[in-house]
Parts: sequence; structure tokens; C-alpha cells
Amino acid sequence: MPLIKDGEVVADVWMHAGDEGPLPPDQPVTVPLARWQRERASLLARSAPLGIRLTSDQLAPEIGADAGHFAVIVLVFPSFRDGRPYSTARLLRERYGFRGELRASGDVLRDQLLFMQRCGIDAFDIADKAATAEAWRQAMAEISVFYQPASDQRVPVTRLRHRARAAE
Amino acid sequence: MYTYDAFDETFVTERVAQFRDQVARRLSGELTEDQFRPLRLMNGLYLQLHAYMLRVAIPYGTLTSIQLRRLAHIARRYDKGYGHFTTRQNIQYNWPALKDTPDILADLAEVGMHAIQTSGNCIRNVTADQFAGAAAGEIEDPRIWAEIIRQWSTLHPEFSFLPRKFKIAVTASPNDRAAIAVHDIGLKMVRDQHGEVGFTVYVGGGMGRTPFIGKEIRAFLPKAHLLSYLEAVLRVYNQHGRRDNMFKSRIKILVHEIGADAFRERVETEWAAIKDGPVELPAEELARIAEQFAPPAFETLAAVAPEFEMRRFEDRAFARWARANLFPHRQPGYAIVNLSLKPEGEPPGDASAEQMDAVADLADRFGFGDIRVTHEQNLVLPHVRQKDLYELWQALLPLGLATPNIGTVTDIIACPGLDYCSLANARSINVAEDITRRFSDLDRAHDLGELKIKISGCINACGHHHVGHIGILGVDKKGEEHYQITLGGDATETASIGEIVGPAFSAARIVDAVETVVTTYVGHRAPGERFLDTYRRIGMKPFKDSLYATH
Repeated sequence: MPLIKDGEVVADVWMHAGDEGPLPPDQPVTVPLARWQRERASLLARSAPLGIRLTSDQLAPEIGADAGHFAVIVLVFPSFRDGRPYSTARLLRERYGFRGELRASGDVLRDQLLFMQRCGIDAFDIADKAATAEAWRQAMAEISVFYQPASDQRVPVTRLRHRARAAE
Repeated sequence: MYTYDAFDETFVTERVAQFRDQVARRLSGELTEDQFRPLRLMNGLYLQLHAYMLRVAIPYGTLTSIQLRRLAHIARRYDKGYGHFTTRQNIQYNWPALKDTPDILADLAEVGMHAIQTSGNCIRNVTADQFAGAAAGEIEDPRIWAEIIRQWSTLHPEFSFLPRKFKIAVTASPNDRAAIAVHDIGLKMVRDQHGEVGFTVYVGGGMGRTPFIGKEIRAFLPKAHLLSYLEAVLRVYNQHGRRDNMFKSRIKILVHEIGADAFRERVETEWAAIKDGPVELPAEELARIAEQFAPPAFETLAAVAPEFEMRRFEDRAFARWARANLFPHRQPGYAIVNLSLKPEGEPPGDASAEQMDAVADLADRFGFGDIRVTHEQNLVLPHVRQKDLYELWQALLPLGLATPNIGTVTDIIACPGLDYCSLANARSINVAEDITRRFSDLDRAHDLGELKIKISGCINACGHHHVGHIGILGVDKKGEEHYQITLGGDATETASIGEIVGPAFSAARIVDAVETVVTTYVGHRAPGERFLDTYRRIGMKPFKDSLYATH
């Protein structure tokens, strides 16, 4: 599945490890939450970057305090209908100050990309094999007016309107 | 009334282009119906029994005459010449072609309208008191806040994939005409002991197969904090609402399962973290929106217009209409006028393109071009001079919009039922039509006083049967349409859920059963006592006895 980051299709350098089994010593790996909770000390002792994967029912407070240990947090959408990862993403960014890569994985569809990006997700493991950087840019550009603040840097109209007025 | 600025116009135009692309991808086969479904639902497009159905948002039930004329145009050009006003103050078109829907949305965008969030598991169109800005005793115009919520919830990136749909209603009057007790969030504007204005917040009301009256989770929320508080409620629901069972995924179930106190605690904890943050509405934006709901240029008039008094004295039919369909206005010399969409033998809430055009013209002539849609599926001209009422009434008569039955036994709410809806067990419209025929004697209907009948074709309760004084629910009994009766429901400030009276009645017997209930009430009522009050005083038993005595 194509991985899109910063608007470009990129290779996934991460190994996504299971609940058990050996980990390569030098490669970046992501682990499920349970493994992190179980093997915390040995995972922190590794020299390669560490990431974690959260299912949709694993909410931000479960790892919020540890967020600084991860270079990537993968949020798995089991179905596009399951909207919990949107809240998880915003809380990781806005409440727990997570600055690393926040990746959406699973049932990630073109028509949800803008919502995800607004919630602070910056890497997209898109379900559609035909996904291209161009399609991603289109999805980002379809709407240019935003009615509420979120985790992105876009200024909502509630403020833009008054900047425009002040400048007149 | 709120008028779109350049930002709003850009937004709806972009949204139309986006949907046009999605429809093109569907028509070309690039998208399957399965992939297209969530996209069309986000623009209010359903696939019903016979055709697509487009639900257009009428935020808080307020329309300008220009917008209403556009709705008429759409009915004429893309549908069969009529539209259906719904219990959520919206309008539905039952026969649009898929290929036309982007053009319909483009036509709507030109007059500052859209169909966004009229379906799907998101924050739906916000509803409010239809008499906003006109009713006496109102604290503030609730539409200011409904518009603020509309904008905040529009394509909200965090709350567009909630466990289930989410409905918010706002009232600012002690008389609740917006049914806030049966909404996911009900907001009632109140003044605290220092005179500060804010909201009492109710959460977890709803109908459907598990009806609940909303629980008060905050007695007083200062109005400046409305958006942060709503964001906290929605975040708790988005994270903790049930997603394992569609029938248990509304917020009412979460509130019920963990209890109002535990729910309140979670909301307060979340709210403490985001209160005073970026989501709070800037004061200058509140002022910008509020000024658009300033009252129209009322004339200074005497409290009572002599012309009006004289006509009422002379013309009995006019007097009857005035008694049933007018409401007192806060401005001396004005009245609130209800236009009934419940004529005898017609589907409740339907209006033809000709009627819509005519109402738009009358609103321009007599009422500042302002039209409201009520959740009870009627229209309102909120600001009419008393001295114009007779002329207005004469104009309404030939249009079929002067039925003097507001709040009476024939002012029935009904869902579209099995005639249109793929979920229904039974027809609703024909039952409503038959009841209006049975009670067509206007003197009798008037004598019965306030009596609210609400009919749903299935347990999803779109026809609000749970809160009907007499509720009628269509059920399927071995492949035959049957109807269960509930009594004592109430959607107002004294809200209650109706109780099932007993076994269901066949389609052939349901109207007789309603008549039996009504006759029983008449036999027991104290002078001047409403049906609901009689029921609350004497209870279920006398009704049950008379309904099932012959069995």
C-alpha cells in the first residue's frame, strides 16, 4: 500500500513487528501497545528508532505520557466508520505534545484524508493501491475554508474574517 | 437572518465541486455503490424504496423568501413538483435523479443553502424554536447559537465519524417548542441569579427503540464557553460511545449505561483541559453573527389592531383560524402566523412548488420575507401586522394553507412510512390522512383542544410517536400492518415518554381505536382540561378498558 508523507509517496522503512518474536537490532520497528507495556525496558535499550501501533480502542491517555519515546505512532482505522483515532490524534498532538510522525493505517480512504490531516496525522498508509501524490494533493485542496480550529495550522474563518476586517 | 459572506460562499461552492466529482466517479463506475454510499450520505442523499431522496438542510428552520422560492424551483425542475418538510425542520425531495444532484446542490449554494450533514454519523442540522425572535419571554434569539453550532460542526474533522448520528436543539423560551428533551444534546437558554445568560445542558435524550428523556448534566454553562463544552461532550462520546451494536450506539445509551453522574464527570474533566482554548468563539465573531439576527424594522403599533378585532367579530371562519393558528408576538400589534401543512386527507408536511412560491410572496408582502419551518411540519410567518391578518388569511384560503388546526387532533406528525422508506414496517401517511378525515369537523376538533397525535412507521420513531399525546407505531404482525398505541407522551418542557396501552390494532381498526381514546378523554375531562392533563390525572386504565372492552 502506498505510504504518503509530506505530500510524496515514500518507502516504508519501518518494520511492523508482531506481539512477540525477535526484533532486528538496527532497523526501526513499531510494536503493538501490549508489547510496549510488556517489554518497555528492552525496547528502550535498543539503539534503532521505536514506534508504536494503536488499535482504535486504545486511546491517547494509554501512551500520552510516553509519547516522547516514539518516533512514529501508527493509528489503525479498522473501518473508515470508526472515528476514534481522530480524537486520539488530536489529543496526542494538542495535549501530549507529540511531535513525531503520526501515521494513519488500515481503512484509509481518499475522502477521509483531509479530516485526518486536520487532526494532526501527517503520514497516510492509503488503502487504495492506486493512490498517488497527485490524488493526495487534490484531496487536500478540495476545501479551503475551515470552520473550527483543530491540530493543523489552518486559521479558521472565525478568526480570518476579523483579520480581513481589520486589514480593510 | 444569517447571510453568507465570501468565506461561506467559497465553502459551499467548493463542496458542490467536490460532490460533482464524486458523482462523476460513481456514474463512471470508478466508485462502487458501497464506496459511494458514505460520500452521498454526507450530502444528504439517501437511496430509498423507489428512488434517491435528497434531504436539504434548513438550519434552525429559518428561510428567506428567496430561499423558499429556490426550494420551489428545485421541486418543479428536479422532482415531481412538491417537497416534504420534516420533523427536523428540513425539506426532503423524494424523486431526484442521481445525475441531477450536483446541479441541485449548485442551485442551493447560490442562495446560501446546502445538504451537508443531513445524514451520516455526524452532527446533524441544528434545530431551534420556530418562533425565535418573535415569541414573548425569550432570553435571546436561540438562532444566534444554533448558527454558531452549525458553523463549528460543519465538516468537523474530529466528529464526522461518530458512533451514530448526533442531534442538537436549542431553545431560549420557557415554552419548549424545539423538543430539546429528546435530542442528543438539548440546550435551554437561562439566566443565572446574577442575570448572566447561559445554557442548561441536557444530554442523552432520544427516541428510536430505546426512548429516553435527556438528563441535565450542567445547570448553568456561561454562553461564552458553549463550543468548548460541546467539544468536550462530543469527544467523550466519540471515544466512549458504543460501536459494537448500531442499536446501542447513540449517546443516550452511553449516558444510561455509565450513569449521568459518571458521564458528567468525564465531560467536566475533558472540558477543564480545553476551556478557554482556541475552540472558544472570538467575541468579535459572536458579535458578527448576533447582529445578523437583529429584529426587523417593526412599526410602533397599538397592542390590538381594531381592524383585526372587527373582522374576528364579523367572520366566524376567520375567528376560528385566528384562534387556532395565531400566536402572541412580543411586538405590540403583530402576530405569529402558523400555516398548516395538514389539510384534510393530505400527507402531513407536503408542500407543492406553487404553495412554496405563494408563501414566499406572502412573506415578502406581509412578513419581512421571513419564513420558518416547524418540527411539527408546518410553516410560520413570524412577524405579521395584526391589521394585515384578514388579507393574509384570504390569500391563504385558496392555497389550502389556512386549515385552522394547529395543535389540534388533525395537526399530526407522521414519518414518510412504507410509502417511501425502506426501514418502515407500515404506512403512516394513510393513517394520518384517515384521522384527519375522521376528525374533519372543525368545531369538534376545536372542542378537543390541544391534542398531539404522532405516527411512526417503525421503531426508529421518525414520526415522534413516543412523545405524542397519542402515539401510533406501525408494526409488522405476520406480514400485516398493525398499529400500537401509546398514551401520555410529551415533547415540551414537561416531557415524558408515552406508555404502550396494549396489543396493536389492525389497519382497519386503528382510526376507530383513536376515536375511542378521544371519546374516553371527553368522558373524563374536567372543564378546560387538555388530553395530556386528563391522562396524567386518571392514568392508563380507563383508556385501556374502553379500547379492549369488546375483545
